[in-house]
Amino acid sequence: MSARRLTAPNGTRLDRGRDIRFTFNNRAYSGFQGDTLASALLANGVQLIGRSVKLHRPRGIYSCGIEEPTGLVDVGSGARRTPNVRATLLEIHEGLVATSVNCWPSVGFDVAAINNWFAALLPAGFYYKTFKWPNWHVYEPSIRRLAGFGRASRESDPDRYDEMAVNADVLVIGAGVTGLAAAVSAARGGADVLLLGGSPHLGGRVGYQKNDARTAALIQQAQQLGIRILTRTLAFGVYDHNLVCARQVLIDGVNSPNAPGVLRERLWKIRARAVIAAAGAFERPMVFPDNDRPGVMLAGAVEKYAQAYGVACGSRVVIAANSDQAYQVAATLAALGVEVPAIADCRPDDWIAAEAPKGTRRFSDAVISRVSGYRAVRGCSIVSSQSATQAAHFDCDLILSAGGFAPAVHLHSQAGGKLRWLAESAMFVPDGAAGELYSVGACAGVFELDTALDHAAAVGTALGRRSALPAAPIGGTGRSLANTYVSRLGKPQFIDLQNDVTAGDVSLAAQENYRSVEHLKRYTTTGMGTDQGKTSNINALVLMGEQTQRAPPDVGTTKFRPPFAPVTMGVLAGRRVGSQYRPLKRLPAQAWHAQRGAVFEEYGGWWRPAAYPRVGEGIEAAALREAAATRNNAGIFDGSPLGKLELFGPDAAQFLDLMYVGTLSTLAIGQARYGLLLNENGVLVDDGIVARLGEQHFWVNTTSAGAERTADMFEEWLQCEFLHLKVLVTSVTARWANVTVAGPRAWDLLAAAGVDGALAPSITKHLSIAATQLDGVPLRVLRASFSGELGYELNVPADHAQALLTRLWALAPAFNAAPYGVEALQTMRVEKGYIHVGTDTDGTTQPSDIGFGRGIENKGANFVGRRSLSRPVARDAGRLQLVGLIPTDQRTRLPVGAHLARTPPPTRTEGHVTSSVMSPELGRPIALAMLVDGAARRGEHIGVHHLGSTIEAEVVSLPFVDPTGSRLHG
Amino acid sequence: MMQLNCPWCGVRDEPEFVCGGTTQIARPAAACADQEWGDYLFFRENPKGLHRERWRHTYGCGQWFNVVRNTMTHEILAVYGMQEPPP
Repeated sequence: MSARRLTAPNGTRLDRGRDIRFTFNNRAYSGFQGDTLASALLANGVQLIGRSVKLHRPRGIYSCGIEEPTGLVDVGSGARRTPNVRATLLEIHEGLVATSVNCWPSVGFDVAAINNWFAALLPAGFYYKTFKWPNWHVYEPSIRRLAGFGRASRESDPDRYDEMAVNADVLVIGAGVTGLAAAVSAARGGADVLLLGGSPHLGGRVGYQKNDARTAALIQQAQQLGIRILTRTLAFGVYDHNLVCARQVLIDGVNSPNAPGVLRERLWKIRARAVIAAAGAFERPMVFPDNDRPGVMLAGAVEKYAQAYGVACGSRVVIAANSDQAYQVAATLAALGVEVPAIADCRPDDWIAAEAPKGTRRFSDAVISRVSGYRAVRGCSIVSSQSATQAAHFDCDLILSAGGFAPAVHLHSQAGGKLRWLAESAMFVPDGAAGELYSVGACAGVFELDTALDHAAAVGTALGRRSALPAAPIGGTGRSLANTYVSRLGKPQFIDLQNDVTAGDVSLAAQENYRSVEHLKRYTTTGMGTDQGKTSNINALVLMGEQTQRAPPDVGTTKFRPPFAPVTMGVLAGRRVGSQYRPLKRLPAQAWHAQRGAVFEEYGGWWRPAAYPRVGEGIEAAALREAAATRNNAGIFDGSPLGKLELFGPDAAQFLDLMYVGTLSTLAIGQARYGLLLNENGVLVDDGIVARLGEQHFWVNTTSAGAERTADMFEEWLQCEFLHLKVLVTSVTARWANVTVAGPRAWDLLAAAGVDGALAPSITKHLSIAATQLDGVPLRVLRASFSGELGYELNVPADHAQALLTRLWALAPAFNAAPYGVEALQTMRVEKGYIHVGTDTDGTTQPSDIGFGRGIENKGANFVGRRSLSRPVARDAGRLQLVGLIPTDQRTRLPVGAHLARTPPPTRTEGHVTSSVMSPELGRPIALAMLVDGAARRGEHIGVHHLGSTIEAEVVSLPFVDPTGSRLHG
Repeated sequence: MMQLNCPWCGVRDEPEFVCGGTTQIARPAAACADQEWGDYLFFRENPKGLHRERWRHTYGCGQWFNVVRNTMTHEILAVYGMQEPPP
């Protein structure tokens, strides 16, 4: 292929005054500002771009747009490396570095090209059929190494991505001349219009062909009318209720000198009353032997390279035709001085409605039977499609494929639109509108320019004025055959260039009864990959129809799913990355904890102190020390994440009786009680202390992770089920911090700090609540304990948490008090056998499984989950029940998640370890576990099996520490 | 992404809402047979077409309301209050 630059006026997209230097496969080249990588490489005579995915056949540039199946490159390096970029879309810029994908050691000499010698042994389904024994995973790694496309960077993306949500009356997708006409008419009709164009330029095909006055006028009108226009913005999906998502490329310079952190792409989420799709059409390739050689290209693409980029892709061109487009392209090329010796038209003579240019031999009923050349086209043979006699051989450096068109019906289909098969032109076109999405121009099958412009303008006007829509033109573009494949010609004839799927593979799928188009896709991989079959789908389904005696509409298309074109992960993630991916909740007194040397970890979405290790101390040692200090003297703990709800109203007490297993309406003002919350299946979903602050006012503690869930559950029952109850639920978790002081000297410390003497343990008993003040700051003091020690939970307005902690801390040395973190709390609550819902319990746990079965029968009121507790399964023997475990050797920690069984595995599991700590009080490891019929198995020895090792443990009753609970009372 | 018309706040995008599944399912009396209770707990219709379901404007006003939605097209045919009969 001896490509060359053409002089102006060809190359309407170029700025020839600006040379751009770039690198491809370690060689320096230059192009002009406005070139794509593909046009610049073609202008430099580079044909071989990459190797195919399976057979490693040499491949070149095939198209001039988004549909490109083979011209894929990796761009950039390091963190900015971007794989599988279509060279046909990539605008070159100074310093661009691009490399071929899927070849080693180089694109010119690719070791794996040996696959091509065995192509006959690698048909569709080869891997499925061959690598079955013992299983696919044995072979997968080595096969995956040979297959695939480019390689993504393993570093995190240094650039930024953004997201915008906008509204418009009318959204026009496609900034070609029909899109412009529709947008201008809609705006004139009074609509607020947003226009999206995928390329950097407005005007599309008509716009780059010549200085078209009509296009220029439309662009000017669009700007004057104030239409919002976004270029380099590709609509990639239509979602529910006409949501359109588009990706705008702001900085394409993946290797540009811009500093990392630049805003690179933006996701647009657009809601419009109506959408006009003006997305154009794809060319449908011809199927003939070796139709994948570098130098075989789509006819319209070659015309665009000449007109828009000033590149003549070859000097001597043969055209394989199934459409009158071939003659128009031949005329364009001939006028540029390119030789066009022959057009091999597969159609009968009387279907052809165009003349070949002077000097071009036209063959009707003719197909290309052979292509010579391996890394580049050197010639081809043309035979009659009726007989095998060789008609002619032509030397050429370029073969064009003018197989007709396939309207880009993707957005129409994504919006739920139906398709209609236009048999004469062998294409699927939209059958009416898709809800509020209307197709115009080539994507509606309307190819004649004036008809398309009139229709687009009429649709725009109607949507702008909200008036009746015009009838759609019938569409089509001359006559084309559906099938261009001739079976007797031999050699691989490619249907899908990106996935190396040949006509033979499609036939094989038909023979093996993979006849559904969805099965065909998955069996042969046709239509997969980065191009999603934009050049292959129609040929594949037409051929499947031929093989199974069905018309194309009876075969149907595969489902068109978003995205229409590959979208970067970055633009979908937007700003939801790093610390913004899932922001953590922070304590009001975080700074105080940090000053005390807290080591923070995440617990249920909160960033909390795990422990306060001293210099050289690990977290576990610190937790043991903190727990011991609390048990012996006093500990200070920040329990602010504890869920806090306030319930008000005349029916609050009744409502709580309906929600909780226990009876809470009998609480006196100032009293508190522990409650279990079930869902309707009788499964434990939350627990906590409920306290009564007034006749119609309750304070409800939930688990830290369950605060929002519980508030939501209360709301759902109140709004959807118990509509007769007058209750207000207010979540106050963030409003009130919780500073807990626990330990035998807890009250001494609080009394020294000036807390109201009426809260002394002799007066204010365990499980009670009192509202008081400390220096004018309100406190709600709950006498409760999750550590098993004398406990005071000081609920304080969040703004005052740090001051309260500081005040208590000043007194800590006098009482040998220590701050303790979540790990020490875990240690103490396991010693006490207190469960943590979701850690020790799961989606099967009911109250009787954790020792709260008694009393339920006696409760008068119904409550959520009650009926389920009398199902047979709830009363079965063999339920998992909470027990304590102590290792028989008194020193080996029992791993959480380890299985319990009397006999060594393989055996049926009898339960599992749920919590495991080292007990500073007992000086040995202890654990909580769920064990089949555990309540009746005290004293039994059982194996704790973990990753091949077994630890023997004794089943004990709970709690491990202070069974009478005397410490709770101080 | 759908849009729902909250009776209190107007049209908002789907992420502001939480779907609570089929709405207004009659709960059998506590004295019902285990089979009937099990059916109530675990069995739901999964219609292709119209479905009555409840949604909450959780990240807005927090109110629950009922919706008739076509499960094929996601068309919302009606929005009505928790105490109102289905249209």
